[in-house]
Amino acid sequence: MKKEFKVISQIIKNNKRVLDVGCGDGTLMEYLKKNQQNDVRGLEPKKNLVQICISKGLPVIEGDAEKELMQFPKKSFDYVVLSQTLQAFLNPDEVLNQLLRIGKQTIVSIPNFGYWKIRLHLLFKGTMPITKNIPYDWYNTPNLHMCSIKDFFNFCKKKNIKIDKSMCLTNEKISEITNKNVQYKNIFSELGIFLIE
Amino acid sequence: MNNKTKNLKKLVIDQTLLLDCGKTIKNFPIAYETYGVLNKNKSNGILVFHALTGDQFVTGINPITKREGWWTYAVGPEKAIDTKKYFVICANVLGGCMGSFGPKEINPETNKIFSTTFPVITIKDIVKAQKFILDHLGIKKLLAVAGGSMGGMQVLQFVSLYPNMAHSAIPIACSASHSAQNIALNELGRQAIMADPNWKKENATPDKGLAVARMAAHITYLSKQGLQEKFGRKLQDKGSLKFSFDADFQIESYLRYQGSNFVDRFDANSYLYITRAMDYFDLEKQFDGNLSNAFKETKSKFCIISFSSDWLYPTSENKEIVIALNACGANVGFVEINSDKGHDSFLLNVPEFLKTLKEFLNSTYDEINNEKRI
Repeated sequence: MKKEFKVISQIIKNNKRVLDVGCGDGTLMEYLKKNQQNDVRGLEPKKNLVQICISKGLPVIEGDAEKELMQFPKKSFDYVVLSQTLQAFLNPDEVLNQLLRIGKQTIVSIPNFGYWKIRLHLLFKGTMPITKNIPYDWYNTPNLHMCSIKDFFNFCKKKNIKIDKSMCLTNEKISEITNKNVQYKNIFSELGIFLIE
Repeated sequence: MNNKTKNLKKLVIDQTLLLDCGKTIKNFPIAYETYGVLNKNKSNGILVFHALTGDQFVTGINPITKREGWWTYAVGPEKAIDTKKYFVICANVLGGCMGSFGPKEINPETNKIFSTTFPVITIKDIVKAQKFILDHLGIKKLLAVAGGSMGGMQVLQFVSLYPNMAHSAIPIACSASHSAQNIALNELGRQAIMADPNWKKENATPDKGLAVARMAAHITYLSKQGLQEKFGRKLQDKGSLKFSFDADFQIESYLRYQGSNFVDRFDANSYLYITRAMDYFDLEKQFDGNLSNAFKETKSKFCIISFSSDWLYPTSENKEIVIALNACGANVGFVEINSDKGHDSFLLNVPEFLKTLKEFLNSTYDEINNEKRI
């Protein structure tokens, strides 16, 4: 299991209800169910991945988060997880509103567009950055709304979203983001993970 | 009692069943079949519900029609519903014509065939009648309830009536309430039967009407694309059009065959009664307009499956069930399987579907057995 999922699973307390939005092949869900006795649900748009989840006995429904989140009642999950997908939505702010409505707490991770390698790539090469976390060309990328850790910080402030915890990942190393170091972390982190409500 | 079905396995239910229409029935037979072996703690039972024209003979050769069972692709040794592992039970529905109490049976009060004097039945009545079989077999909790089309409706009705009787529920290609289009298509079939001069005549059967009903229904079970690919405008005999009303096109001949085949094995009045039961099915209405309430009590794990080319019970209607389940926090998985075989996909060899069904059951089975070990 990738480091990001380890970090997310450590945030999630045992025996809680979790909705994994864009759950993929259910790796995180399976871990949470087996090791932390979490009551998990998943939402995934790709048929083949949904079938994999169902065969693992995971309750996953096929569907697009931009349409399907409406059906879940208010605060019906302790945690809603959205891993590296926010930037791929047509309306990320509306999806985020839905996540905050459904979950008592929401865990969002974003690939950081403020990462120094990305900045240098654009600055010196003059072409759209391609990195380990963002491996696409400009013409085939699913990422419509890239943002940086700082952007996300500012967004939460503007929308009055409370950040309970914010962490960042660089070279498999995890550290905390604070108001003081955000400028620095925005340059040196590949991934931001936020616990918000 | 009907001669052909006289020797089939039956349970005569000696209790009184109050039907939705207000009438009561008692001492009535429900014909059923089982496959596989029920384990010691009676925990490997799967109750399979058949669709409109199905019967209790799920797999293997049907002793009456001599044809393969209707779900042979899915049920059998090492198949998705593995009869080496599970104990499969299927009953002929109340109102049916394969040995269960239906319009073809003799009314003991009048000594005449019930025909249209049989009480109008509902999906709820049909499900309640099958519960007696489980009691008889001593099964307190099933591993799964499963069925497609009208079988799926019975799955939904079952879990809402008996929320603690199934570990998992697999409603396939179905709906929680029959749409106007569904009712319209059923009415078309009923009118075809009732327009046949032989309908309600003694010593005659409305074969023409029933065949037309089946032909019309059969079209709804297939997709436009599937029909086009299989038949296109292919002619029955090579050469040119005959300039007559004979079956020029292969599709015509195919439908006529489907129709004439059907009358040999099905009772026209059963067709009327069962389609009526489907039309009356409205689980949302049963629970005061809130479908979620139907599933509030249930602990069952749901796996809902629809098919991309099914226009009779389209994905959108299956999804309404998913939405209702999610709204009450139920344990639900849902997938739409890509297939060009239309509504009939659930009966056919659609590998992605069969694989999903098999693996979902496996995981449910393993979960239950692991729980017990702990």
